[in-house]
Amino acid sequence: MTDAPLLDIHGLRVAYATRAGELTVIPGLDLSLHEGAALGLVGESGCGKSTVALAIMRYLGRAGRITAGRIGFDGRDLTTLDEYRLRTIRGRRIAMVYQDPMASLNPVMPVGRQLMEVPIAHDGCDAERARERALAMLREVRLADPEAVMRRYPHQLSGGQQQRIVIAMALIAEPALLIMDEPTTGLDVTVEAAVLELVRDLRRRHRSAVLFISHNLGTVARVCDRVGVMYRGELVEEAAVQEMFSDPRHPYTRGLLECLPTLGRDKQRAPLLPIPGQVEPAAVRGAGCGFASRCSHVELGRCTTGVIRLAPIGASGHRVACVRVDELTRSAPRPSVTASATTTARAAPMIAIHGLSKSYEPRRRFFGAGRAPVRALVDVELEAARRRTLAIVGESGCGKSTLAKILGGIEVAAAGAVTLDGVDIGTLPVDARSRALKRRLQMVFQNPDSTLNPSHTVGYAISRALRRLAGGSRAERAAGVAKLLGVVKLSPEMAARRPRQLSGGEKQRVAIARALAGDPDVVIADEPVSALDVSVQAAIINLLNEIQATRGATLLFISHDLAVVRYLADDVAVMYLGTVAEFGSVERVFAPPHHPYTEALLSAVPVPDPNAGTARIVLDGAVPGADEIPRGCPFATRCPRRVGPICDDTPPPVQRLDGGHRIACHIPAEQLLAAQRPS
Amino acid sequence: MLPRVLRGGAWRRVALVGDSAPATVGVAIILAWVMLALLAPLIAPYPPNASDLSALAHATPSRTHWLGTDHLGRDLLSRILWGARPVLVIAPLAVLGAAAFGSLLGLVAGYRGGWIGLVITRACDIVLSFPVIILYMIILAHFGSSAWNIIAVLTLTKAPIIARIVRGMTLDLREREYVAAAKMRGESSLYIMLVEILPNARGPLFVDMCLRTGYNVIIIGVLGFLGIGLPPPDPDWGGMVKDTYGMMMVWPHMALVPCAAISSLVVGFNLLAVGLRELGLRD
Repeated sequence: MTDAPLLDIHGLRVAYATRAGELTVIPGLDLSLHEGAALGLVGESGCGKSTVALAIMRYLGRAGRITAGRIGFDGRDLTTLDEYRLRTIRGRRIAMVYQDPMASLNPVMPVGRQLMEVPIAHDGCDAERARERALAMLREVRLADPEAVMRRYPHQLSGGQQQRIVIAMALIAEPALLIMDEPTTGLDVTVEAAVLELVRDLRRRHRSAVLFISHNLGTVARVCDRVGVMYRGELVEEAAVQEMFSDPRHPYTRGLLECLPTLGRDKQRAPLLPIPGQVEPAAVRGAGCGFASRCSHVELGRCTTGVIRLAPIGASGHRVACVRVDELTRSAPRPSVTASATTTARAAPMIAIHGLSKSYEPRRRFFGAGRAPVRALVDVELEAARRRTLAIVGESGCGKSTLAKILGGIEVAAAGAVTLDGVDIGTLPVDARSRALKRRLQMVFQNPDSTLNPSHTVGYAISRALRRLAGGSRAERAAGVAKLLGVVKLSPEMAARRPRQLSGGEKQRVAIARALAGDPDVVIADEPVSALDVSVQAAIINLLNEIQATRGATLLFISHDLAVVRYLADDVAVMYLGTVAEFGSVERVFAPPHHPYTEALLSAVPVPDPNAGTARIVLDGAVPGADEIPRGCPFATRCPRRVGPICDDTPPPVQRLDGGHRIACHIPAEQLLAAQRPS
Repeated sequence: MLPRVLRGGAWRRVALVGDSAPATVGVAIILAWVMLALLAPLIAPYPPNASDLSALAHATPSRTHWLGTDHLGRDLLSRILWGARPVLVIAPLAVLGAAAFGSLLGLVAGYRGGWIGLVITRACDIVLSFPVIILYMIILAHFGSSAWNIIAVLTLTKAPIIARIVRGMTLDLREREYVAAAKMRGESSLYIMLVEILPNARGPLFVDMCLRTGYNVIIIGVLGFLGIGLPPPDPDWGGMVKDTYGMMMVWPHMALVPCAAISSLVVGFNLLAVGLRELGLRD
């Protein structure tokens, strides 16, 4: 490693032109990155992480402008280069991988041609040589059958395969710097683990420097050796990855770690501590620390005046921008928690699902035979106990949302029984349900941007729900709106706002208030936090937990995030391709014996601990398509513990263990336990 | 402090028009025509149907007749001003009718789908595939030409276009989670269509209504030109062109002045549509 850094950003200031005039979003950033090193940039959305990446690429668009500072790269200042010189650097010396691989690939060109374009354009290779390099690169990103992949179009590949192609495209020119902007955010957890593994490995082999942008501290810990935490356009802390996670010093960094659910946390022992408030817009920037308005250690005067710069502490290059860094105790004392005793007595379940199946008939083709029906749910057995939280986890396409839709009456079951407190609702669409039944079961949806009608005020949305589900006079409803807003910890003035004046977390709170209007017995929450920032996510999770506990409702929590599930749930159902692979209380499901799929999911969860090592199990391939599902165990095609043909041909038996724990696997539970127990 | 009404969201949204140059120019042109039409009884120098036979010898623009006279010696300026009145009533009313009728069809076709949706879309396609001019001639010849009949014909032929736009938006909007939430609290289909879906389709709908108003101005002109517009002798821009285009070689101004009036009004509505689209994209 040479002494001069490869990338040396000094005093970088970036502004965007807006209707209200020029707005500085990065007030002054210092950053350096040595050859072969990997720096992670983390922070909530709106903190300027992507803006930094785009500024380095000099790709800020028409509204963005670098107003001061220099970006030294390889001895040149990128801020002063003209378009022609930039072209010789972009793609060739600095390559970028974006979040959405589908948007980075040309849909009308085979991926092979797109890969070959890079060496042809940058190195003047002939087609034959470019083809060889493309094939070699595809082998390096571990795509099976590269010759066939070369001929495919982007839509014929899965999300994980697409992201591998994009990474191959970035690396084929052997860039000195690779910028990755949330490269795994849209991917399922097992695919994410495989892609991160690949990035780690390629980084070692190609000696490219990596700037890795993510909101997920866990993924950063897996790939990087240094981490920078950004808040409102400023770097507030930078340190080696081990030190950042073991000894975070800035209150914001500590806040981020405190609100991150991990596999080791549950609601009784280690509650999440959300960061209060939200990222303020760049327009209201005052003097002093940008984090002051949300910081619990703020001291008016010192924290809110002047300019607070990154200052080194210790010898290992740990830098923090906080004036009180030496006064603050290293680890904040956790408030002691009075663990609410959860009822373990199993009364009659609130929701019982028995033999539930649902499949979608694909459109008949004009010519030829019809395609196989898509099996969304196959013979599902589940119970949701009263006053407890049942989490349903699985990757996309596992049938968890279909299950929620059947419970909500938006779809109806094809076979089997779904009972709510003894009443069969499986084949009862929502229009056919009585008002009392509608009141008893309400839903919180996934997408904060589409859960509220943009044309209606918050007050109208809640008051309308009250009118339909609870009744009451106009005055009673107005009081009810204020009360429900209080329950979800929003001020009553919010009632006059429209959704576009709310943040994502606030929208989700309003959606929860709306669902609570009729004081339901069951609340179904379909991925309610997956679109939110970690700090906001923590607050919503706590809110759901509190509501579940104080109102005595049954919460059905659907999620793909095992860490969140571990934290919030009392019972867990793990689903794969429409079947329940494992079911039981959260303690039992998260401890061996596991179903092999649960085991793979658990080892794929990115852990915000750099010492956690690599994923033990990396699943190959993708979830099989509708016509490739084996007759036996649906997981047989990817299972690392496959025992033989019996897995392909015979549906696995459901093994019933202690405490209602059920595993659907051919391998006896004792053998699974022996193989999975940590050595 | 502004009065309460002016501080409301609606007023602020109207004031946004000032942010777009095309929208501002468009609104200015339209408002100018509205003012001229309203004030026609006060500012028109002559009664619109009064012939000044002495002026016929010098039909071209002069100090007494600023825009000249037509072939019967009627003052063109007065006729243009009075002629703006029926256009500015018929074109917007017909668009409102088409928007109301078309939105309803589009909402039902998009939200209910199934065979009802199929019947509605096919019916719309049939109307749209018909040569409209011939349709106008048949209907107006049969029922007679009056302002109400013209509005009815325009409503009927423009509604399918609006229906298609609203149906497309409904197909997208009905999948939103707020619609699912409305279903889960037991709202009726009518409520969901009118209160949950329609307000969110209004942006593209307003843009299209502006464009449609401009096109209606042209069609009213065409009907007048074909002799099936408003009955004479009251001034009608299209009719004025019909009466005088044969004299184009001698007195071009007689046909060109009403043509210019039609064009300027159409351009006004088009500019407003362009501006509204621009503003819609920015939000």
